[in-house]
Amino acid sequence: MTPELGQLALILALLLALAQGVLPLIGAWRGNRALMATARPAAAGQAVFVAIAFGILVWAFVHFDFSVRYVADNSNLALPWYYRVAAVWGAHEGSLLLWILILNAWTVALAAFSHKLPEVFAARVLAVMGLVAVGFLVFILFTSDPFGRLLPMPVDGADLNPVLQDPGMTFHPPVLYMGYVGFSVAFAFSIAGLLGAEMEQAWVRWARPWTNAAWGFLTAGIVAGSWWAYAELGWGGWWFWDPVENASFMPWLVGLALIHAQAVTEKRGSLRAWTILLSIFAFSLSLLGTFLVRSGVLTSVHAFAADPRRGVFILAFLTIVVGGSLLLYALRAPKVAGGKPFNVLSRETVLLIGNLLFAVASAMVLLGTLFPLIGDALNLGKISVGPPYFGFLFPLLMLPVVLLMPFGPYLRWGKGEAAPLKGLLLRITVAAVACAIIAAFFVDGRLKAAVGVAAAVWIAAGTLLFAYKRWREAPRGRRYPAELAGMLLAHLGMAVFVAGVLLSETLSVTSDVRMAPGQVQHIGGYDFRFDGAHRTTGPNWTADQGVVVVTRDGNKVGTMLPQKRTYLRGQVQTESAIDAGFSRDLYVALGEPMNAGNIQGAWSLRLYYKPFIRWIWGGGLLMMLGGFTAAADKRFRIKRSADEVARTDGLLAQEARA
Amino acid sequence: MSRSLPLFGFLLLVALFGFGIWWNTRHDPNEVPSPLINKPAPAFVLPLLDDPAQTVSKAGLLGKPYLLNVFASWCFACGEEHPTLMAEGSQLGVMLIGYDYKDAPDDAKNWLREHGNPYRMVVADRPGRTAIDFGVYGAPESFLIDAKGVIRYKHIGPITPEVIAKELKPAIAALQKESP
Repeated sequence: MTPELGQLALILALLLALAQGVLPLIGAWRGNRALMATARPAAAGQAVFVAIAFGILVWAFVHFDFSVRYVADNSNLALPWYYRVAAVWGAHEGSLLLWILILNAWTVALAAFSHKLPEVFAARVLAVMGLVAVGFLVFILFTSDPFGRLLPMPVDGADLNPVLQDPGMTFHPPVLYMGYVGFSVAFAFSIAGLLGAEMEQAWVRWARPWTNAAWGFLTAGIVAGSWWAYAELGWGGWWFWDPVENASFMPWLVGLALIHAQAVTEKRGSLRAWTILLSIFAFSLSLLGTFLVRSGVLTSVHAFAADPRRGVFILAFLTIVVGGSLLLYALRAPKVAGGKPFNVLSRETVLLIGNLLFAVASAMVLLGTLFPLIGDALNLGKISVGPPYFGFLFPLLMLPVVLLMPFGPYLRWGKGEAAPLKGLLLRITVAAVACAIIAAFFVDGRLKAAVGVAAAVWIAAGTLLFAYKRWREAPRGRRYPAELAGMLLAHLGMAVFVAGVLLSETLSVTSDVRMAPGQVQHIGGYDFRFDGAHRTTGPNWTADQGVVVVTRDGNKVGTMLPQKRTYLRGQVQTESAIDAGFSRDLYVALGEPMNAGNIQGAWSLRLYYKPFIRWIWGGGLLMMLGGFTAAADKRFRIKRSADEVARTDGLLAQEARA
Repeated sequence: MSRSLPLFGFLLLVALFGFGIWWNTRHDPNEVPSPLINKPAPAFVLPLLDDPAQTVSKAGLLGKPYLLNVFASWCFACGEEHPTLMAEGSQLGVMLIGYDYKDAPDDAKNWLREHGNPYRMVVADRPGRTAIDFGVYGAPESFLIDAKGVIRYKHIGPITPEVIAKELKPAIAALQKESP
C-alpha cells in the first residue's frame, strides 16, 4: 500500500507545482496580490509531498520491499544499508526523484529568503521554478515511475550496479544535482527579469550567491565523480572526456563564465544581456546533461537507460524550456547596452575575454560530445573524436585564461592603469621562470612538467601578490570580504589544479606486469613486492585479494591490498589499492591469475606511480570552497528599500487599472 | 536579429537530437562497424616474428581465408582472450594468424612461450604502421579475411567463446558456403 501513497504524493506535488507555476504569473500580470501570494505555500506544499515520496522510496529500500520493481532491480538482501540508501539514486527513476527533491529544496530556500525582493519579481521567480518542477514531475509520473509494482514479488532482488558501490559514487549524484539544480535559480531570475522586461542591478546582486553556491556544488560533484573514476575504474585516469563527464563539465564552464559576468553586471551594470543569456545557457546545459545521460542518445560507459520514449519526452521538455527562454530572450532582451562605459584596459575587458573563452570552450566540448551524432546524421559513419581533440583544443583555449588570470584583480573597473601591471608582470614572470628552472632539474627536463610548474606559479604568485596588496592597502577588518576571499581561494585552487594535471600527466609511471609471489618490481623509486593473492569476503561479494608490500630504499611504505571482487550476481569489479600522498599516489590494480608452467599463484598486476595527482582534486576542492565563501558575502543580502516597495505598489496600481 | 541567433542555434540542436533518438531506435548503438568491412584488406608485407628475414604479404596469403588476430604481450585484455584462442583456435576452420602489434620481439616470444602459441604463424608489426591501414584501435582485435583478400568480419576486444559461437562461426560458415 505504501508505494501507492508515494505515487499519490507525487500526483499531489504535480498539482501544487502547477498552481505554483501558473497562479503567481497570472497574479503578477493582473496585479492580483492574492494570486501572487500563492507561490510560497504552493512551493512549501509541493516540497512536503515530494519529500514524502522520496522518504517512501528510501523506506522501501531499507525494508527490502521487493514488490517495488525499482527496489528489486537495484538492491538485494545482502546489500549493506548505506548502499541501499544510496541505491535510491542508483538508477534512472530514483535519481530523477532526487533531482526533483533537490529542486524543491532550492525552491523552498528561495521562497524563505526572497521576502525582501519586490513582490511581483519574487512571484515570477517562484513561478518559473514551479514550471520547471511541473516538467520533471510529469516526466517521472508518465515515463519513469519509481513506485511501479513487480508481481509476483521476488524473494530477493538483483543488485545495485557494483560500479556504484563506492563512497565516491554515493555522494557524487546528490552533490552534482545540487549544482545542476542550483543554476535554476539564476535561470528563474533571468526569466522573471525578461518577463518584466527589466533587469535591475540589485536583482543580479541577489542572484549571485545562489550562482556561486550552485557552482561550488557542481565543482564538488565533478571532483567526486573524477575521484570515483580514478579509484573505481582501475585505469588510473581521472578524466576521460566521456560524454557524461562532458555533460557536467559544460554547465560548469558556463557557470564559471556566469559568475564573472554577474559580477560585472552587478557592479557596473554592463553585460546585462550576456548575463541573461549565460544564465539561460547554464541551466539549459544542466538539463541537456540530464538529457544526454538519460535518453541514450549518446552511448557512454555511464549510460543508465536507453528508452526512446524518455528521450522524446526530455527532448520535448528541453525544447519548451530552452526554446521558450531563448524566444523570450529574442523578444525582450535589453536592447541597448546599459551600464557604465569601460576602457580597453579595465577589469571588465579581462573578465569579458575570460567569459568568451569559457563560452567557446564550452561550445567546443559540446561539439566534440555531439560529434558522433553529427557523424550519424551526415552519414559519415561512426566517429568519435575522443581525447586527442579535447586534449589539444581545451588547453589551447585555457592558455590565455591562465595568462590573464593574475591581472584581473589588479585592474580597476572602468579604467585601469598600466603602471602597476608592469611591476606585477615582472614579478610573476621572474617567479614562474625561476621555479620552472628549479623544477626542470627534478623532472629530468621534461618540458610539459616544467611548463605546469611555471603556469601554477604564475597564477599563484599573482594571486598571493594581490592578497598582500590588499593586506597593505585596505583598512583592518575590510581587507578580505568574503567575496574577495572566495575569489582568492578559487584562483589558488586553479594554480594547484594546473600543477597537479601537468605534473601527474608527465611524470606518471605505469607498468602492466605478470608477477609471481615474491617477485619485485621497481617503479618510480619504489619497490613493489607481490606476496600472492588469497580469497576474502565482504557483505555481498567475494574477492581475490592481492598483497603487495611497498618499500622505498628498504624502508616499508605500506601494504597494499588490491581486490578483484565478484558480486552476488556475478559482476566482476576491480577495487584498486591506493596509497595516497601529498606528492604522489601509489596505485595497484589486480588483473587476472596467470598460472603458466610450473609457476603457481602468479597474477597480472597494474602498478602506477602518480606524482601530484591528488593536487588535481585538491585544486578542485579549493575552487569549490571559493564558490561557497563568495556566496556567503554579507553584501549580497539586500534590504528592501522603501522606494522599491513604493514602486511595486505603484506598478500594481497601474496594472490593476489597465 | 542577433538576439534570435541563440534560438536558431538551439533549434538546430533539437533537430540533431530528434534525429539521434530516431536513429537509435533503428540501430544498435553498441555496434561499431568498420569502414573496411567488405572492402579489400590493405596490402601489407610484414616479417615473421620468429624469423624476421622471412616476410608474409597479403598477396602470399590469397586463396585461403584466415583470421588475423591482433595481440601484444603488453596488452592486458589479450591475456583474457588467450585461453579461448588456445582452446578453440584450431577448430575454427580457418587459419589463425597472430599479428604482434607494437611489441618488442623478445617480449612477444616469451609471452607466447609462457601462455602457449595458438597461431599457425605470427607476423610482427613493431612500428604499428600497417595497423593504421587496418584501422586498429588497440589490441586485441580480429579480422576475418576471405580467400580473395576481402575483410568480412571484424571484432574489437577479446574473443570469447560466446563471440565465436554467435558471430565468428556464422561468418566463417558463410565464407565456406561461397567457396566450395
